[in-house]
Amino acid sequence: MLFGRVCGTAVCTIKYPGTEGLKLLVVQPLNKKLEPIGSVQVAADVVDAGIGDLCVMVRSREAALAMPDVKFVPIDLALVGIVDELAVSSEDEFDLFIHPGWNRFS
Amino acid sequence: MILGKVLGTVVITISHPHYKNRRVLVVQPLCMPGDTPSEDFIALDNTQAGIGDTVLVNREGNGARQVLNNPEACVISVIVGIVDSVYIEE
Repeated sequence: MLFGRVCGTAVCTIKYPGTEGLKLLVVQPLNKKLEPIGSVQVAADVVDAGIGDLCVMVRSREAALAMPDVKFVPIDLALVGIVDELAVSSEDEFDLFIHPGWNRFS
Repeated sequence: MILGKVLGTVVITISHPHYKNRRVLVVQPLCMPGDTPSEDFIALDNTQAGIGDTVLVNREGNGARQVLNNPEACVISVIVGIVDSVYIEE
């Protein structure tokens, strides 16, 4: 599951049976610092997101499971949530490595 | 399953029904010194984890559906444990 910013819409008249009526949005995948990762992709929308919204997206088979009616559809990226608030700590505050020997976390 | 550090919380009010009333967290996978860290991701919390906790994350849909007890849940990553300690042979 990853972040994405909606940056446009895609309109498709001829679609695979079962995907009729789905809203397709063009999204830019982002990392935790909201920096772009890779190029833009198309996602199916189930939460009525709009251009400029920061969203949570889900990939692979689970994207098809997010669809409202038919679950066996060729969809591999879906918007499942609109982010209202995001609080991310800086990476420097934590040790993000596992060192040889004992690592105690609590 | 992977080891990760919880770095942030995400508030999603408008969401898919399977995400309702659940915490969504930003997780950074841990790695060995010298390795390049993998890209961060978002995971659903099942263990009351918080920022700074080292967690065990299941990154596979079928396991996630089993954890959530919903055969149609559209979730891939679920936090299934809070790690106390890890031993790596020196």
